[in-house]
Amino acid sequence: MSSATALTWFARHEIRLAWREWLAMMTGGRRKRNRAVVGLIALAVFLHLPAYAVIGRFAGLKAPLDKSTLIVMTATIFLAWALMLSQAIESVTRVFYARADLDLIMSSPARLANVFSVRIAAIALSVAAMALVLSTPFVDVLVIGGGIRWFAAYGVVTAIGLSAAAVAIAVTLLLFRLIGPSRTRLVAQILAAIIGAGFVIALQIAAILSYGTLSRFAVLTSDAAAAFAPDIDSMVWWPARAAVGDVETLLLLSAFGLMLLGVVMAMFSPRFADTAVSVSADATPAHRGPRSRAFRAGSRQAALRRKEFVLLRRDPWLLSQSLMQLLYLVPPALLLWRSFADSTLAIVLITPVVAMAAGQLAGGLAWLTISGEDAADLVATAPLPCSRVTRAKIEVVLMAIAAIFAPLVLALAFASPLQAIVTATGVIVAATSATAIQLWFRVQARRSQFRRRQTSSRLATFAEAFSSIGWAATAALALSLPIAAGVSGLLTAALLAATWKISPRRG
Amino acid sequence: MVRIGRQPGLPNIMKSEESALQVRGLTKRFDRLAVDGLDLTIREGEFYALLGPNGAGKTTTLRMVAGLLKPDAGEIAVLGIDALTDPVAAKQVTAWVSDEPMIYDKLTPLEYLEFVAGLWGIDPATSEPAAHHLLVSLGLEPHLYERCEGFSKGMRQKVALAGALVHDPRLIILDEPLTGLDAVSARHVKGLLQDRVRAGCTVIMTTHILEVAERMADRIGVIASGRLIAEGTLTELRQQNGQNDTSLEDMFIALVDVEAIAA
Repeated sequence: MSSATALTWFARHEIRLAWREWLAMMTGGRRKRNRAVVGLIALAVFLHLPAYAVIGRFAGLKAPLDKSTLIVMTATIFLAWALMLSQAIESVTRVFYARADLDLIMSSPARLANVFSVRIAAIALSVAAMALVLSTPFVDVLVIGGGIRWFAAYGVVTAIGLSAAAVAIAVTLLLFRLIGPSRTRLVAQILAAIIGAGFVIALQIAAILSYGTLSRFAVLTSDAAAAFAPDIDSMVWWPARAAVGDVETLLLLSAFGLMLLGVVMAMFSPRFADTAVSVSADATPAHRGPRSRAFRAGSRQAALRRKEFVLLRRDPWLLSQSLMQLLYLVPPALLLWRSFADSTLAIVLITPVVAMAAGQLAGGLAWLTISGEDAADLVATAPLPCSRVTRAKIEVVLMAIAAIFAPLVLALAFASPLQAIVTATGVIVAATSATAIQLWFRVQARRSQFRRRQTSSRLATFAEAFSSIGWAATAALALSLPIAAGVSGLLTAALLAATWKISPRRG
Repeated sequence: MVRIGRQPGLPNIMKSEESALQVRGLTKRFDRLAVDGLDLTIREGEFYALLGPNGAGKTTTLRMVAGLLKPDAGEIAVLGIDALTDPVAAKQVTAWVSDEPMIYDKLTPLEYLEFVAGLWGIDPATSEPAAHHLLVSLGLEPHLYERCEGFSKGMRQKVALAGALVHDPRLIILDEPLTGLDAVSARHVKGLLQDRVRAGCTVIMTTHILEVAERMADRIGVIASGRLIAEGTLTELRQQNGQNDTSLEDMFIALVDVEAIAA
C-alpha cells in the first residue's frame, strides 16, 4: 500500500469512527435509531423558535456595519469560538488517553507523523461539524429573515472551528510539555471549563462593576467599548463582516483557518506520537492517601456517605464539569456584594441564576453518586436494604448542594430576607427535582463515564435542564409576579410528573 | 449484633454436616434459559468448585446466591437463612468476589477496606487490624496508602478479595478469582482461601483452571446448560465415569461433550 493510499485509508477509518461516535452520542447508543433520529429532527425544528427569539431581529443587518454592531457580533462569534476551543481541548485530551487505539496505531508500521496529521484533521473536522450542527437553527433564522447572504455564516463557523481546533492542539501539547502527562488531563479539563464560561462571566463582571447589571450588552454597546475597540477596517472584524455576506473577507478568514491548522499539523504531528507514548508510560500517577488516620466508627449509611464525599472530592471530572456551573455563580455573588452598598433591582436576577445552578449541579452530583457506582456488586451484596443505600446517596447530594449554596443564601438574607427564602426554596426544589430525575433514569455506569452521562438518556438530560429552567423562572416570578409564578410552578411540576410517568424506574 | 469471627491462621474447626448453601429448583431465564431448576447443597466448611463451559450458568447461579440477581423460581438458603425473604441477613454472612474486580480508583486499599467494613457494620477495633493483616498477607504492604487507580488487574483483584474477607464471612463466593493473577499472587490467594476453609468457612468458586479445582476442592460440581450434570469428590467423579486414572480435564471434557450431544 502506497503512503498516499494508506493515508486515505486511515482518513476513511477516522471519519467512520467520528461518525459512529457522533451517532452514538446523538442516539444514546440505542439500536433503534430511527425514533431517535426523528426525535432529533423534531428538536432541531423546535430549536428554530428560540433561535428566532434570540437572533431574529438581527436578520436585517447589512454591510457596512457600525462599530457598536461589529463589537456585539464579534463578541458573540468569539464566545462561540471559546466554546469550540473548550470542546476541542477535551477532544484532544481524550485522544491521548484512549490507549487501546493508540497502542494499535503506534505498533503498526505506518509513518506516525502522517497518521497523526490525519487524526488532527479529524479532530478539527469533528469540532467544526458539531459547531455547524449547533449553529444551524440560528443561521437558518438569519437566512429566512435576511436572505441567502447569511449562508456565509456557515463558512465563518467552519473557519473558526478549524482555528479553535488548531489552538486547542497547540495548547494541549504545550501543557504536556510544561506540566507533564499526569497533570495535563485534569488541567486541560479545568481549562476547557474556564474557557467555555470565562468570556461570558468576564463580560458579566464588567457589566456589574460598571453598570450594576448582569447584561453583557451593557458593556458591549457602551461608549467605552467603542472607544477602546480597533478601527473599523481592522482584521478583528473579519468574522463579523464575513458573516453578513462579505465573500472576500470570508475567503480570507477561511484561508486563515486552514493555514493555522496546517501550521499546527506540520509543527505538532511528529510530537503527537511522542506525547502519546509519554501518556502511555505515565498515565496513572501514584496518588498517596492519608497515612495515620484510623478506621472510623459509624452506621452503614455513614460509611456510604463518607465514601461518596471522598470520591466526590477526588473526582477530576466532577471538578471540571462543575467548575463551569460554579463559575456562573461568581457574577450574581458580585452583584449581591455590590447591592449591599447600592440597593438595586438587579439583585432580583440572583435568584433564578442560583436556582438554575443548584439544579444543574445537583443533576451532576446525583448521577455520580447514584448511577456512577464503580463497585456496584459490592454495594448490592452489602447487608443493607437498597432503599437505605439510595437514601444515603441522596443525602450526600443534598448536603453538598446545601454546603455550596447556603453561604450565598445567608448573605442574601441580609439584603432581602424574602428573597433569601424564595431563593432557598428554589435551590431546594430545583436540586430535589434534578436528583429525582437522575434516580428515575439511573443506569449502572462507571464514574469515568460522567462526561457521557447525557448520552445514556437524552430524555433525562432535557427533563433535568427544563426542570432547572422552570424552577429558576418560577423563583424569579415569585418575587415579581406571584400569579405567574404559580402557573410556571404548575407547568414545571407537570413536566416532572410527565418525566416520572415515562421513566423506566417508575414506582 | 454483628458476628465477628475468626481471623486467618486460627485453629481448624471440624467440618460440620450442616449445609452452608441449599439451592432448590433455581431457575433463571434471560433470552434463553440460563439456569434450569438447579438443585445444589454445599456443606459448611467445604471448598466447592463449580465447573462448566462458557455460558453454562455458573455466574448466573452464583449471582443469584449472592443476591445480585432475582431468580424466576426456586429457593436459596444460606446457612439456614432464606436468602430470598431475608436477603439482608443472608448478605451479612456472605462475601462475593467477581472475576472483574470492582473497586474505587480514587480510594487507597485501606480506605476501601474501611468502607467495606463500615458497610458490614464491623467494629473498627476489629476491622482495622484485620484489614492490615489481609493486605499485608496478599503482598500489598507497599501500596497500602496508594490510590488504586494505578494498580494492575492482579493488584485490584487482591484488594477486592481482601474487601470480601475483611468482614469475616462464613460463605465466600468467588467467580474466577484467579483471573489475571501471576503465579505468586495466585499462590497467596489460594493459601488465604485454604486458611479460611480450615477455619470453618465455606468457599464456592468457579474456575476454568481445572488444576486448581483438582488440588483445592473438597467436592466438584459440573454444570452445563443450567443444570448440574455431575457432582462429587474427584474420586467419586472418576468412579461415576468408570475411569479411575483419568484427569479432571479429560473427565470434564467428556461430561460436557456428552451433555452437548444430548442437548
